[in-house]
Amino acid sequence: MPRIRPGRIVAWTLLFIGGVIMVTPLLFMLSTSLKDASQVYDLRVIPEAPTLDNYIEILSDGRFTRWFVNSMIVAVVVTLSNVFFDSLVGYTLAKFRFRGRYFVFIAILSTLMIPTEMLVLPWYLMASQFGWLDSYWGIMFPGMMTAFGTFLMKQFFEGVPDDFLEAARIDGLNEFTIWWKIAMPLVTPALSALAIFTFLGNWTAFFWPLIVTTSADLYTLPVGLSSFAVEQSIQWEKIMTGASIATLPTLIIFLFLQRYIVRGVMLAGLKG
Amino acid sequence: MATIELNGLIKRYGQTTVVHGIDLSIQDGEFVVLVGPSGCGKSTTLRMIAGLEEISGGEIRIGGRVVNDFQPKDRNIAMVFQNYAIYPHMTVADNIAFGLYRSKLSKSQKRQRVEQVAEMLGLSQLLERRPSALSGGQRQRVAIGRAMVRDPAAFLFDEPLSNLDAQLRTQMRIEIKRLHHRLGTTSVFVTHDQVEAMTMADRIVVMRDGRILQVGTPLELYEKPIDVFTARFIGSPTMNLLPARLRDGGADLAVGGSVQVPSASATTSDILVGARPQDLVPTAAGSQGLTVSGTVAVVETLGSETLVYIESAGQTVIGSAPGRQIPRIGDHLTLHAPLERLYYFDKVTEKALAAQ
Repeated sequence: MPRIRPGRIVAWTLLFIGGVIMVTPLLFMLSTSLKDASQVYDLRVIPEAPTLDNYIEILSDGRFTRWFVNSMIVAVVVTLSNVFFDSLVGYTLAKFRFRGRYFVFIAILSTLMIPTEMLVLPWYLMASQFGWLDSYWGIMFPGMMTAFGTFLMKQFFEGVPDDFLEAARIDGLNEFTIWWKIAMPLVTPALSALAIFTFLGNWTAFFWPLIVTTSADLYTLPVGLSSFAVEQSIQWEKIMTGASIATLPTLIIFLFLQRYIVRGVMLAGLKG
Repeated sequence: MATIELNGLIKRYGQTTVVHGIDLSIQDGEFVVLVGPSGCGKSTTLRMIAGLEEISGGEIRIGGRVVNDFQPKDRNIAMVFQNYAIYPHMTVADNIAFGLYRSKLSKSQKRQRVEQVAEMLGLSQLLERRPSALSGGQRQRVAIGRAMVRDPAAFLFDEPLSNLDAQLRTQMRIEIKRLHHRLGTTSVFVTHDQVEAMTMADRIVVMRDGRILQVGTPLELYEKPIDVFTARFIGSPTMNLLPARLRDGGADLAVGGSVQVPSASATTSDILVGARPQDLVPTAAGSQGLTVSGTVAVVETLGSETLVYIESAGQTVIGSAPGRQIPRIGDHLTLHAPLERLYYFDKVTEKALAAQ
C-alpha cells in the first residue's frame, strides 16, 4: 500500500470539515421541506413521517411558479447580456491599442469599489425617471454589464495569442467575426465561469429586486419566498420547500457548465 | 502569383526606428529568405508585407499595386506563423477550409479544395481530428494547408520551423521547398537559422539592425560576403578571421607567418584575413595561401568530417580534417588554406576589401 503523507491527511480532514459545513444546511433544507409544520422544530435529519405535501402545495400555488419564471427570465437575460457585453468590452481592452484604453479600463475597474448599497439610490432615481420601476427591465438594467465580468474577460483574452487573431485577419474575417468565431471559443472556461457567477448572483438577488418591484407578479423567487415568511407566521417548511426547488436550476447550470471550466482548450492549437 | 517590391520601407515605434528604409524587389515565383539575428527587423518587415503592422514610411507593392493602406485580407497573401496558429476548437478540415473564408466557392467545391490540399500534404487521414490530437509537424502542415488552399499571390513564412525538432525541421524544410517548386508561388521566408536560409532560398536577404546588408544567392553570399557580419553569419562553423597588418604585397598575421594579399584598398593597414573551416585543412604547407600552426584543443567528430580547433598565439582557429583522420588533443597541427579560398576585410570598417 502506498504511504499516505501526513500533509494529505490534514488536507483531507480540512476538506471533510469544509464539506460538512457546506452540505449540512442543504441537508436541513431538504429535510425540513419533507416535514409538516408540526415537525419543523424536530431537528432530526431524516423526517419521522416524510411528506411531499409542501411541494404539492407550493407548486400548485400560481404565485410560486410566476416568481420562478420571473427569476428565470431575469437570470437568463442578464447572464446572456453579461457574456456578450463583458467579453466584447474585455476583448477590446485586451487586444486593441487605442488612446485612453488604460483610462477606460481603470474607470471600469474603479466601479468595483463602490458598494451596491450606495448605488441603489441612484439606480432607483434613474429607474423612476425613466419609468422603469416595477418592470423586468427595472430589475435587470443595473446588472446587464459588470465591471467584474469585464475585468475577468479582459484578463482571459490577454492570454489568447495574437497569432490566432492575425491568422484570422489574413484569412479575411472582420474584427467582430474574429471575436465571435476565434477568440470566444478560446475562452470558454472563462465564459462558463462568468455565466455561472452571473446566473447565481441574479438567481439569488434579493435587495434590488425587492426595492424596484412593488407588484407581487414581478417578484423574483427570493423576494417572493421572503414574503412567505412575513405573510402570516413564519412557515419554515414552505420556505425550505421553495428554496429546495430554487436550488435545482443552479445545480443544473453548474453541472452543465463545469466541464467547460475544466476543459482548457486554449493552447492545443499552438506549439506543444 | 506576384512580385513584391519594398521601396524605402520604414518602421518606427515611437522614437525608435526598427526598419530603416529598406529596398527589395522580389521576383514572381521567387523564394526569398530574410535572415538575421533576433531584433534585426526581419519579422517586422514580413509583418508589414502582410499588413499586420502599419508602415511608417515608404511603399509596398504586391503584384504591382501599392498596398500600403490595404487590410491584410485585401492583399491576397497567406501567412504561416511560428506558433502554427491553427484554431484548437476546429477540426483539421475546418482549419484548412478557413483559408477559404472569403471565397465564393460552393460548399462542395470548398470541400474538394480542402481534400486536394490535404492529399498534397499527407493529411487526408487526419481531416476530422482536432489540433490537440496532432504532432508538431502535422500541426505545421495544417497551417501550411490553410495558407495553400486559397492559392494566394504570395506565401509569407514567419520562422515556421523553429518550434520543430531537428529531424522534423529538416523534413519540413524539404517539403516546403518541394511545395514551392510545385506551386511556384512567390514566397518570403523569415528565419534566424542560416542553414535554413542557405538550403531553401533562391535569394537570401541578410539583415541587421533594421537594414539590409546583402542580397544574393546562397552561393554568392557564401563566396562573396560583403562584410564581416555576413561572412560570419553565413556558413557553419563560422568563418575564421585572423587579424593581420598590411605591408607591400602581403600581410603579416598576428598568429605568425604571412599571407599574400591581392591589390586592395583598406582605410588602415589593419585587416582581417578570413578562411572558412572547410577550406582550412591539415596538409603540408603550400607556398601560397594561409598557413596556421597550433596545438589541437578540441576535436569534433561529425563522421563526414572532423572539426579541429587549434590554439595559435592565443587565438582559436577552426579547421577540418577528413572524417577518418582524427587528430589527438594536444597534437601539434598545421592547417593550410589555398590563396584563392581566402577572404579579406578592413578591420575598421569591417567591409570586404575589393579583391581583384
